[in-house]
Formats: sequence, C-alpha cells, structure tokens
Amino acid sequence: MAKTVVLERKPLSLSERTYLPQIVTGLKTTFSNMFKEKVTLQYPEEKPQLPQNYRGVPTLVKDPNGREKCVSCQLCEFVCPPKAIRITPGSVPEDEEDREHVEKAPQEFEINMLRCIYCGYCQEVCPEEAIFLLDEYSSSGYTREEMINNKAKLYELGGTLPDKHYKWDKKKDAEEEGNAH
Amino acid sequence: MEFDSEMLQQLGLKALFALLMVSAVMTMAGYSVLAERKVSAWMQGRVGPNRTVLPFVEHIPFIGPFLKGLGIFQPLADGLKFLFKEEIVPGHVNKVYYYMAPLVALVPALTTMTVLPFGEYFDEAGNSSPLILANLEVGILFIFAVSSLGVYGIVLAGWSSNSKYPFLGGIRSSAQMISYELAMGLSLLPIFLWVSVPGSEDSALSLVGIVNSQNDGAWLLIVQPVSALIFLVALFAETNRLPFDMPESETDLVGGFHTEYGSFKFGIFFVAEYAHIVVGSAIFTTIFLGGWHFLPWIADPWPATWIGTLLGIGWFLAKTVCLIFFFIWIRWTIPRFRYDQVMNLGWTKLLPLALVNLIVYVLLVTWLDQPPSVTP
Repeated sequence: MAKTVVLERKPLSLSERTYLPQIVTGLKTTFSNMFKEKVTLQYPEEKPQLPQNYRGVPTLVKDPNGREKCVSCQLCEFVCPPKAIRITPGSVPEDEEDREHVEKAPQEFEINMLRCIYCGYCQEVCPEEAIFLLDEYSSSGYTREEMINNKAKLYELGGTLPDKHYKWDKKKDAEEEGNAH
Repeated sequence: MEFDSEMLQQLGLKALFALLMVSAVMTMAGYSVLAERKVSAWMQGRVGPNRTVLPFVEHIPFIGPFLKGLGIFQPLADGLKFLFKEEIVPGHVNKVYYYMAPLVALVPALTTMTVLPFGEYFDEAGNSSPLILANLEVGILFIFAVSSLGVYGIVLAGWSSNSKYPFLGGIRSSAQMISYELAMGLSLLPIFLWVSVPGSEDSALSLVGIVNSQNDGAWLLIVQPVSALIFLVALFAETNRLPFDMPESETDLVGGFHTEYGSFKFGIFFVAEYAHIVVGSAIFTTIFLGGWHFLPWIADPWPATWIGTLLGIGWFLAKTVCLIFFFIWIRWTIPRFRYDQVMNLGWTKLLPLALVNLIVYVLLVTWLDQPPSVTP
C-alpha cells in the first residue's frame, strides 16, 4: 500500500511575503523571452509544412496515361456523409480508342465545398483510386455557386497522380491477348 | 485688465506651446499602444503588427521594409479605423452622460500635463527657467486634484451604459481609486519634507523645485525608495493598468466600463488610458528620477545653451519612455489581482506602510534639520 507523505509547507519568509522577489523573477523571464526566436509563421508568404496524410480539398485524378480514372460507380456519392457529391453518369464515347474497354465515365461530377466535411470516405471507398484528398486547404469564393467544384475544376486541382496498378492497361492486355487468369 | 500687443503675443505663444504639448502627448499615447502590441508580441514569441505601410514608403529600400516590420504606421490605421467605424449608440443608455463620459475621461489626462515641467531654458545670462505651461507653486496638488477626476469618466460610462458589466466596472473603479489615492498622497508627503529647505521661499510643492533639488545630487528614488515603490504601485492602480485593471477586467467583466462603447467613443477611452500612462510616467520621472537632469551625483554634461535644453528634454523623454516600457513589461508579467485582494493590498498594506514611511521621515528630517546651536 502506498504511503501518503504529507509535505510540510514552510512558512513564507518576509521577502517572500512582499512578493517583490517573485515579481522580479517574473520580469526577468518575460524580458529574456523578448529576444527568443519568434514562432510566428508569416502566412501568405510562408506556408505550413503539411504532413503526408493531410486531408485537403477532394479532387479527381487521372492515371499516368492521362486518362480519366473515374467510372462513375457513384460509391462516393453514396458514402458521402454530408451528401456533398453529385454525379451525373454518362458513357464513354465510342470513338475513344484507348478507353474502349471502359463502359462508363461521369458526365458531370460536382463536389459542394460548402457541404464537404473533409472526412476522406470518398477516397477510401473509391474502387478506381480516382478521388484523392490532396494538400490544397485554402478554398474561398464570393458566392455559393463558386464553392461548387465541377468536373473541370476537380481535374485541374487533382492533376495526374503516379499509379502503380495500370489497371486498364492490364485489362486491355487481357482482352487482346487472351485470358491471363 | 488691458490687452496690449505684448499680452496677446504671450497668449499666442502659450496657445502654440499648449498645442505642441497636446500633440506630443497624443502622439506618445498612440505610439504606446503600438509599443504595447509589439512588446507583448515579443514577450509571447510573436512578431506583432508588421503589415501596415504607406504606399510610397514601401518602395524605399531597406528603410521601408524596416519601418513596415516595426509597424510604425499601425497607430495611423488604428486611428482611422476608429474614425470610420459606424457609431452605434445602444437604445437603453442615458444619452447625455453616455456621450460625456469619454470626454470626462480624456480631459483630466491632458490637463495634468499643463503643470508638468519637461526641461529648462537658458537665457543669455545663463540663468535657467523651467519649460512648463503653467508654473504653479502647488503643481503636485493640482495634479492630484485633476488626475483623480479621471475616475468620473469611468463611473459615468459605467452608470450611463445601463448594463450590468459596465456598472460593475464603474463601481470597482471608484472603490479602487479612493483606496489608492490615499496611499499615493501619503507617499509623497516625505518628499516635500525632504525637499523643502527651512527658511527657503521656494514652495516645496512645486514640481520644478523637486526636480532642481535632484540636480547634482541623489535622485529621490535613492533617498526614498519606499515612497517611490508605494507611488509606483498606486500609479499602476490610478492608471487602471494590470495588475490593477479592475474596471475592465476582460475575463470577468466582458469589457468593463466600455462594454457598450464603440467606434470613436471607445477610441477616446483608449487614448485616455494611454495618455494617463504617458503623463503618469512623466510625473514619476519628474519626482523620483531627476526629471531632465543627468545621472545621480553627476552634473549635467551638456552646455547651458539651447543644445543643453534640447538634450535635457531628450533625456527627460528617454526616462519617460523607459518607464512606459516598464508599465507594459509589468502588464505582460503579472496576472490580475482579485478585487478583494486589490482592496486588501490598498487598505491593509500600502496605507500603513505609507504612514510608517511618513513618520520615519518626519523624525529623520526633524533630526537632520535641528539647528546646531541647540545641541549643547
């Protein structure tokens, strides 16, 4: 059993009861603090160092061949807790030869940034790894309409990400050269 | 009384000096706001205001960015903001006193400086006369009388706002002022005893007399440290500075007496507070730090010409600025006292201490001043 030790409190000496020595000590501390290095980040000129797993604005990305990855399965729209995503599905044009094995693509893809809560569920649920929350954190606008990111804006924000799977290339190869499975 | 041209000239000159002094004190008040923001920022590891700049100054190499970094133009922007903000007068206030309160707070702060000597002027014969707007024989009494009027501004603001927090702020402020006025007055009595030479025709209540008594000798801070300490503590209380900022303690009273004020009326309160600090620092410099005289026991090293006048004024200002820095430094070091602690300190610590101090110096001065013929 732990033994409780009651510490004797020494009575304050006369100089301690005037509080003046303590005030002088405090003054010394604040004065030396004046010359320490400042911790302020001069924001618009200096940007903060973001961690690797930072969840910024959700964006759409293209695969290394510059093709649209999204197949408009609408899983993200379904999982999105605040219902910020709205997808209008469409089909891939017949004449696009390097995408002939893909059936669907979004005709329009809207993310309402006034509703988005940056939870990252859309990125987690996407079977095609087409939607990513990247390191863009500062989005602003003058109207509500401006805050709805459409497909063009989403691709502009996302750009192309390196993708080690090359899923569509593999699928195309399999179609052309016989079933590898 | 007849008005001849000489009198008019005198009047014009006095008016010009008064205008100069008001602008000097107001500028210093504005820049002590900036100093407060900068020093607090440095003490907390921040950089403080460093964005405001005039368009043409920005393009001067080296100097422009340096001034911008110091935030030299920030008071300008602050003042303009107060001027152009919307005047909001809440519906429940007593209009007459609501409008009057900021002025009542500002006027005493600016009035006290009329009797404040800030330098000396040498005529061709080498005789010195003090630089002062009104050389009253009872200067310090005048300062006590007028500076305590400043509390009326705060009480009026608190009462006319017709709202709980300002009311509490006003009440606290009046109680605090009354408590510390006593200790402040008592702490200065030994000074007058010490300064007044028996048989002298000069009034010992004159601030000029007090300053000149410190020329070439010890500062009164060294002779009477206890008086200086009590006076300084009471000065903090009188100017409503932390650790005694009862009237506007943000954490328990929202904004205190100025909760219902906005725009320029709040600006006047703000400037009045800092004008009080500037004038208070100047008074402390005059009484305890030798005014415009050089270091203790060292005669003024500057010549008795206009150069000496300018250097003397500069030296006086330097001391005042150091004291203003001390005010700011204390504010960002010590937390606020509780209201009952403030009262307790004022009535049961400072007042008895001031009385004991007075009695000790009465005995000491009596012993020092007794004529040698009496002793056998």
